This record gives sequence, structure tokens and C-alpha cells, in this order.
Amino acid sequence: MIRAIAIILSCQLAGEATARALSLPVPGPVIGFALLFTLFLLRPALAESVGSTARGILAHLSLLFVPAGVGVVGNLDLLSRSWLPITVVLVLSTVVAMIASVFTFLAVNRMTRGGHD
Amino acid sequence: MTDVARIWSYLSTEPLLWLTCTIAIYVIAEAIVGRLGRRALANPVLISVCLIAPVLWLSDTPYETYFEGAQFIHFLLGPATVALAVPLYANLRTVFQTAAPILAALFVGSIVAALSAVLLAKAFGLPDQVILSLSPKSTTAPVALGISEALGGLPTLTAVLVILTGIIGAITVTPLMNVMQITDWRARGFAVGVAAHGIGTARAFQVNELAGTFAGIGMALNAILTSILAPIIVALVL
Repeated sequence: MIRAIAIILSCQLAGEATARALSLPVPGPVIGFALLFTLFLLRPALAESVGSTARGILAHLSLLFVPAGVGVVGNLDLLSRSWLPITVVLVLSTVVAMIASVFTFLAVNRMTRGGHD
Repeated sequence: MTDVARIWSYLSTEPLLWLTCTIAIYVIAEAIVGRLGRRALANPVLISVCLIAPVLWLSDTPYETYFEGAQFIHFLLGPATVALAVPLYANLRTVFQTAAPILAALFVGSIVAALSAVLLAKAFGLPDQVILSLSPKSTTAPVALGISEALGGLPTLTAVLVILTGIIGAITVTPLMNVMQITDWRARGFAVGVAAHGIGTARAFQVNELAGTFAGIGMALNAILTSILAPIIVALVL
């Protein structure tokens, strides 16, 4: 487990360093994600050793959003002033984005696979 | 009484109290979600926030003090993003077979999410700073904060908008997809990952492992794409 943590954190660290060194718009953890994925392709055995720890973190993904969510208390002023338009914007744009995305996925999937699944 | 005051003054300055509080309340929230039969409306993030916020308010604790403890959990968002490489690698074959639909759905979903939010917000006459903070709302939290900051938005507001978007996506995805009679778990998962990042992904994993994997891919790819697209969309609209 310690080995897995070391690997994951090293990827994140390398990602953060790369993003800053090259002043990329892509965030460090995302580069770290790409880096770890590349490492798996080069050394498939690595996926075994990182696997269970990574799944452990991902199993409680929701928990990790709680601290930022509690930040709602610091923004109550602004939110209570325009809660209705903000709610409408968030609900509509999220639902529309899901509909657009899911139908694009299905349509392109049908086109590229000749419609047999 | 003085003992209680002394204990409180110790606890309120140490990260332990709010770290423990966050995890313990999340455990309770999970139990509530379990009791309600993992129905979509019972979202663990929403329940946790609704339980913690009044505690902070009643104990007159500023968010900064709370965050000193909670930051240890918040920090794990970075490693969790890196860890998404695991389900991606495990489903490599499926992902390669669906590379074309993935890329198409990514571009459409990402553009629609950011553009519709910015345009609607402008139509409602919301202040520019709110619009800037809104633009990366479908991206995972650490990424969205970076984008918002770079654009001149309010990172703390973006954090809240991102979480709300995730909760909305997680709550609406199952009924929405059922109404539209979409049975392809890959498409369902991918759409919620693009539109509602990690909270949507967590919901997708709850429903189906394949959906969760595709949600994770959608979330990771959208993080990359939104960091490139958000500045362009904002420049076009504002």
C-alpha cells in the first residue's frame, strides 16, 4: 500500500512540476493521471500493485468533495441573492450537457460499428 | 465549565476536530443513503454538507478553521484524479473500441456544458464574476479552481458551483437516462462524467462498474479539454 501511495503521489508531483515548468493550462493531477496510465502501458505489473489502493481511494470519491461543498457557508450571501437563476442555470446546463453527450456517444457508436450494438 | 472551555479552545485550534467531524458525518450520510436504498436523491455529499454547515454555524466556526482540518481530505482529490488511471487501464480494450464515440461525446458534452452555463447566466443578468466562476463548473474541483482563478473568477464560489453541479448531475442522471430509455452503460456513464465530474462518477460507480469507468474517463478527459476551452468560451461570450 505504501508503495502504491508513493507511486501515485510521485505521478502527481511530476505532473504538478511539469504543469508549472511548462506553464501548461492542464492541471498537475491530470498530467499525473496520464503519466500513471503511461507507466501501466510500459509496465503492466505496476497496475497490480497500485490497483487496490487506487480503488480504495475511488470507492470514497464522494467524501473528498465534502470540504469544498461546505464552502457554501462562505458564499451564502451571494448565493441567497441570486439562488434562483444560479439553480436554473446549473440544472439546465447540466441536464442539457448530459443529453447532448449521451446521444452523441450513441450516434457515433452506431456509425463506427455499423449499428450492431 | 472552565474545563469545557479549555477542551473547546484546544479542539477548536487543532485540525483533528473538523477532520474527524467530516469523516464521521460522511459515515452517517452513507448510512442514510444505504437506508434509503441508494436512491439518486439521497446524495452523500449533499447530506454531509447539510449536516456540517449548521454545526459550523451553531459553533460560530469560520470556514477557514473548518478547512484547516478538512484540507487533509480535500488534498486527496489530487491523488484520486491520478488513481483514475487504474480503472482506465483495467478497461483498456473497451475504451479503445469506443475511442470515436468517446472523443465525439467529450467535445459535444464539454462545449455544451460550459457554453450553455455561460449563455444562460448572461441571459439571467448574473454578474460577470459569477459567469467567470461558472464556466468550469462541469470539471472536477481541483481543476475548476485553477481555471476559475486564471480567468479572474472567485475560486471559492467555483468550488460551490462545481459541487452543486456534481450533485445535480448525480441526482438527475438515473431518472433522465431511464426516461430516454438509454441502456448503454458506457454512454450513460460517460455523459455523467463529462457533465458532473467526480460526484457524477461516484454515482455511476454506485449504479454500475462499467458506467463508473466511463464516467471516470469522461471526467479526466473533460478536465483537460475544459482547461483549454473555458478561456475561449468566456472570451467569446463576455
